[in-house]
Amino acid sequence: MSTLVLLTLTGLGLGALYFLIASGLSLIFGLADVLNFAHGLFLGVGAYATWWAATYAPFGVAVAVGVLAGTILAVAVELALIRPLYARPIQQVLVTVGLSAAGVALLQAGWGADPLTFTKPGWTATTTRVLGAAVPNDRFLLIGAAVAVFAALLLFLRRTRYGLIVRAGVEDRAMVTALGIDVRKAFTVVFAIGGAAAALAGALAATYFGSITPGLGGSLLIFAFIVVVIGGMGSLTGCALAAVLVGLVQQFANYYAAAGVGEASVVLLLAVVLLVRPGGLTGRTAT
Amino acid sequence: MTAIVKRWWPLAALAALVCVPYLQIPVPGVLPDVLNRPGSLQLIAICLLFAGFAVTYDLLFGHTGLLSFGHALYVAAGSYTANIVVTKLHWGWGPALIATAGVGLLLPVLLGAVALRVRGIAFAMVTLAFAQVGSILVMSARITGGEEGLSLSDTPEIFAGVANTFRLYWLALAYLVLVVLVVRWSVESEPGRVWRAIGDNERRVTVLGLSPYRFRLLSYVLSAFLATLGGVVHLLLLGGSNPQITTSAFTVGLLVMTVLGGAGTRWGALLGGVLYTYLDQRLAALAGSDAVAGLPAAVRLPLEQPQFILGVLFMVVVYFLPGGLAGLSQHLAGLSRHWRRAT
Repeated sequence: MSTLVLLTLTGLGLGALYFLIASGLSLIFGLADVLNFAHGLFLGVGAYATWWAATYAPFGVAVAVGVLAGTILAVAVELALIRPLYARPIQQVLVTVGLSAAGVALLQAGWGADPLTFTKPGWTATTTRVLGAAVPNDRFLLIGAAVAVFAALLLFLRRTRYGLIVRAGVEDRAMVTALGIDVRKAFTVVFAIGGAAAALAGALAATYFGSITPGLGGSLLIFAFIVVVIGGMGSLTGCALAAVLVGLVQQFANYYAAAGVGEASVVLLLAVVLLVRPGGLTGRTAT
Repeated sequence: MTAIVKRWWPLAALAALVCVPYLQIPVPGVLPDVLNRPGSLQLIAICLLFAGFAVTYDLLFGHTGLLSFGHALYVAAGSYTANIVVTKLHWGWGPALIATAGVGLLLPVLLGAVALRVRGIAFAMVTLAFAQVGSILVMSARITGGEEGLSLSDTPEIFAGVANTFRLYWLALAYLVLVVLVVRWSVESEPGRVWRAIGDNERRVTVLGLSPYRFRLLSYVLSAFLATLGGVVHLLLLGGSNPQITTSAFTVGLLVMTVLGGAGTRWGALLGGVLYTYLDQRLAALAGSDAVAGLPAAVRLPLEQPQFILGVLFMVVVYFLPGGLAGLSQHLAGLSRHWRRAT
């Protein structure tokens, strides 16, 4: 029983991490049709900024610094690099690929290729007993952060004017433009949201893994892509469902079968979803 | 005269490349050693081999319009299948080649049949996911040697030893020629015209009664099969299988080569492959040179990262040279024509 609880909570924690990365990817893809390979870089920058700030400030402030760095980078990338290539999705993908390679190389130039140790802040280094299982507290931090971001994004999408534009844009961008609304402002907004969420994921991943490397974002990004496809591109709820599913499947298969089987079963899950429902779990809507 | 040059220069270039092992020309700075020494031949062979990989990738990306992030899987499949059969099972090279060919056909048929159910960016993500599983399996399994890789125990006699590097060089050259010929032939064949038509207007192809799905699958399998064969050349050239070739970074490298040279053009992918691989291999040596060591840290550290320079170069090409280097040469030809007419 205690193993089951621990596996479930760890799986949910992993799913929370995936959700933080995939929600931004999904919104960016849904609205702007940009498959953002630089998302892993946003995550990496968030993680390194948090690591840097954590030596001077308490954990909460450090995370805020990391999130700020990720947001600024994401907005800058959108304005300077993505916008000139508006409506040319393949070129946009290529630019984010180049940016990701160059950016990760810069992180490596600055801080080296070796992992940097990230000291877990006080509370997350301890465990809590849940139904007889000693669960490390960083899982709760991850899950809590993901739930908060999910709720905030839902509120944003359903209750604000920009959220309305984003939802409408995902559904039919041409129509929104025809009604005289500048969708490109909404592009910047979703990039800012995506960058912030990815940077938050970076800071929390640093806490979760206890170390950071320049390639951290790249390896997590692939699973985030899988989550986006399973969830249905552009759908936030689908994304959350898929993230939980992928996190749990990966954790359980890795424990009960063998290391590596978890990753394989996640991709099998992807194949099955694509065969049965090519549009993902939810199809394409922004809520 | 120019017509003759245009018609025959590929053959002339090929003849020159075949003769390279006989040419004792010093090329200081450009290559690590005199032109026909093993070190230089190895470097050129790697450039040629990767040019071949880039051409197989261009068959997908440039000629069929499929953006795949999983091409590395097939290179790795070729390298590891042959290596495992020879090194772990001790069955010898005949069965190894048969097994590799089988895997090179079966694997892309199975995976392509699933991945091609979605299109565009989703296809890119699905291929990425498949390749990632391959990468994780290779890195965690025991039979593949995990993260250490697997060195080849039994190199065929004619390729063994440093003294025979020139034969490996010829092998890489032969692979490149084979790939270029097969891709050229297939693109100009009937299915090749359908691939192009799918890229231009898919609905029209469907209305004409053809199934784009099947033609895409054909292109996917052909490209993957050629990449698998290249994996065997890679295995021989490097004397082992390295998990590096399973990663998505490897595929991204092929994509960069193709776009750098000009996707879907006659020589673009080949040129891009040679240039990228050369820079990737030599920038590290250049970064270690005295000229760079004297620079301040803020300039020196990024310059020591080949990936930084290549990434930036790639972005510059995407923005300012949409047709890649091949587009540049056409652009220059157009300019010179213009200039001649003006004078």
